[in-house]
Amino acid sequence: MARHVIAPVADLPVGARKRVILEGRPVLVLNIKGELFALSDTCPHRGASLAEGILTGHVVATEPGTYVYSREGEILRCPWHAWEFDVRTGRSWCDPKHMRLMQHAVSVASGVSLLESGCVSASEAPIKERGCVSASEAPLQQEGPYQATTFPVRVENAYVVVDTPD
Amino acid sequence: MPLTGAVDCDVHPLTPVPADLVPYMDAYWRDTLEVRGLDFWETIAYPANAPLTIRADWRALKPRADASPDAMAATLLDRHGFAHAIVNCLFPLQSFRDANLGAAFARACNDWLADTWLSRDARLRGAVVLPVQSVEMSVEEIERRAADPRFVQVLLQVMGDQPLGKPQFWPIYAAAEKHGFAVAIHAGSSYHHPVTGSGWPTHYIEDYAAQAAGFHTQLGSLISEGVFVKYPKLKVVLSESGVSWLPSYLWRLSKFWRGIRNEVPWIDRDPLHYVRENVRLTLQPFDVPDDAATVARVMDQLGSDDLILFSTDFPHWQFDGDAMLPKGLSAAQTRKILIDNPRATYARLA
Repeated sequence: MARHVIAPVADLPVGARKRVILEGRPVLVLNIKGELFALSDTCPHRGASLAEGILTGHVVATEPGTYVYSREGEILRCPWHAWEFDVRTGRSWCDPKHMRLMQHAVSVASGVSLLESGCVSASEAPIKERGCVSASEAPLQQEGPYQATTFPVRVENAYVVVDTPD
Repeated sequence: MPLTGAVDCDVHPLTPVPADLVPYMDAYWRDTLEVRGLDFWETIAYPANAPLTIRADWRALKPRADASPDAMAATLLDRHGFAHAIVNCLFPLQSFRDANLGAAFARACNDWLADTWLSRDARLRGAVVLPVQSVEMSVEEIERRAADPRFVQVLLQVMGDQPLGKPQFWPIYAAAEKHGFAVAIHAGSSYHHPVTGSGWPTHYIEDYAAQAAGFHTQLGSLISEGVFVKYPKLKVVLSESGVSWLPSYLWRLSKFWRGIRNEVPWIDRDPLHYVRENVRLTLQPFDVPDDAATVARVMDQLGSDDLILFSTDFPHWQFDGDAMLPKGLSAAQTRKILIDNPRATYARLA
C-alpha cells in the first residue's frame, strides 16, 4: 500500500471534488457533506471521467408508482450514459457484480504525522496540482543530471491522504 | 420431428359476421343490430382475399379449412396429432366506439366460440375476447368466463387506444392472474389511431409489417409501468408477433434502463428478467431465414428456450406444406416449444 497526499484539508471543502493521478490512474476525491470519498475516476462502461458527473440520491420503490428517495448526494452519475455509482461501495446500480469503481481508503493526517510516519520527507512536495508524491516514489536523494522542482512544505496543516493498494 | 401432443397456441376460426352472433345476443341488442343495419363490421386487418388471410390450399377446400372445427381438425389436429389448439377469434369488436356495444359483441363472441367451436371438439381451448373499450366490462367478461375451464386466455389487440401497461388496465391483469388466464396480445388494431407513429401507411404490406412495432410499444409499456412487479404470476403471450424482433428491442430497453432506471425505480432488475419470467411468444410467423444456423443464432440471442410457444397461426399463410417448425431447433428445444412451454404457460390448460 502506498499513501498519497492529495491536498490540504482546507482545499477540499464540503462539496468540493478533486481529480488526481495516482500511479498513472485517475482518482476522484470527493467531500460529500464533510465525508471524504476516493474512487476511480474512470467509468468502467466507456471510460468517461466521472469528475464531471452529477451527484444525486438513491431512489427505489416499494411498488409501481412509489418513490423512496434517500442518500441524497451519494450517487455519482456518469456524465456520458448516466449510470449510477454508489460512492460508498463503488458499485454500479445497474450491474453491481461486473461494473464497479475501485475504492480507495481516504483519511486526514497532520503534516507532522505524515513526516514522522515517513510517508513524506521534508524534501517532498505534499501538494501538487494533478499529481502527488508517494513514499514508494520518493524523490531522488542523490545528485543527478536534472534539477527537480521543489515546493515549500507546510507541516502545520492537515492533509487529505489517499491509499493505493500494492 | 413428430408433432404428436403439441399445443397449438394460436389458431383462428373463420371470423364470424354479426348474423352469426345475433343468436347469442339479448332481445335489445338483436333489435338494435337490425334497427341500425349493423349486419357488417370489419377493419382493414386480414382483408378477405389477401393471401395472408388463409393459405391458398386451405382456402380451396370445401368447406374452407377454417370454416368449422371438423374442417380445421382434418387439416390440423387430426393430421398432426395435436393435443390442443387455442382458438383466437379476431372479430374486430375492439374498433367499436361504444363500450356497451363492444360488451354485447364480446359476450356474443365468447358464447358463439364456446357453442360452435369449443363444444364441438374436446381438444379445443378458447380465448376470452374483451370489450377493451371499458376496463370494468372487460373484468366482468373475465369473471363470467372464469368458471368455464375451456377458456385459457384473454385476448387483446396489440394496437389500441392506450399502451396496455398503463394502470387503468390493471384490473384486467388482476382478474386474469386471479383466475389463471394468460393474457394474449395479438396482432391487430382498434384502428382508432394510425398503425405507425407517423400516420397512416398506404398499403396493407406496411400495416402488417408495422404490427411488430406495436409489440415493441406494448412490451415496453407493460415492463416499464410495472405490470409484472404488481402481478408477478401473470403470463403475457405475444401472439403472431414475428418473434425475432425481441432480442434487438430488449437490448435497447435494457441499455436505456441502465442510465434512466430511476424514472421507473420499481424496475429494480434488468428488463430481460421480466421477459424470462412473464412473457411468451407464439411461434408463427417466425421472422427468420429458412436456415438452420441462423435459427440457432436467433434462439441463442433469445437467451432462453422457455419463451416460444408452438403455434401455426392457422389459417394464416405463414408456412407451406407441413413446415411449421423452423429448421435448426434441437430435439430438446422442439419438445419444449411444442409441449412443455405451452403447458407451463397456460395454468388453465388441464
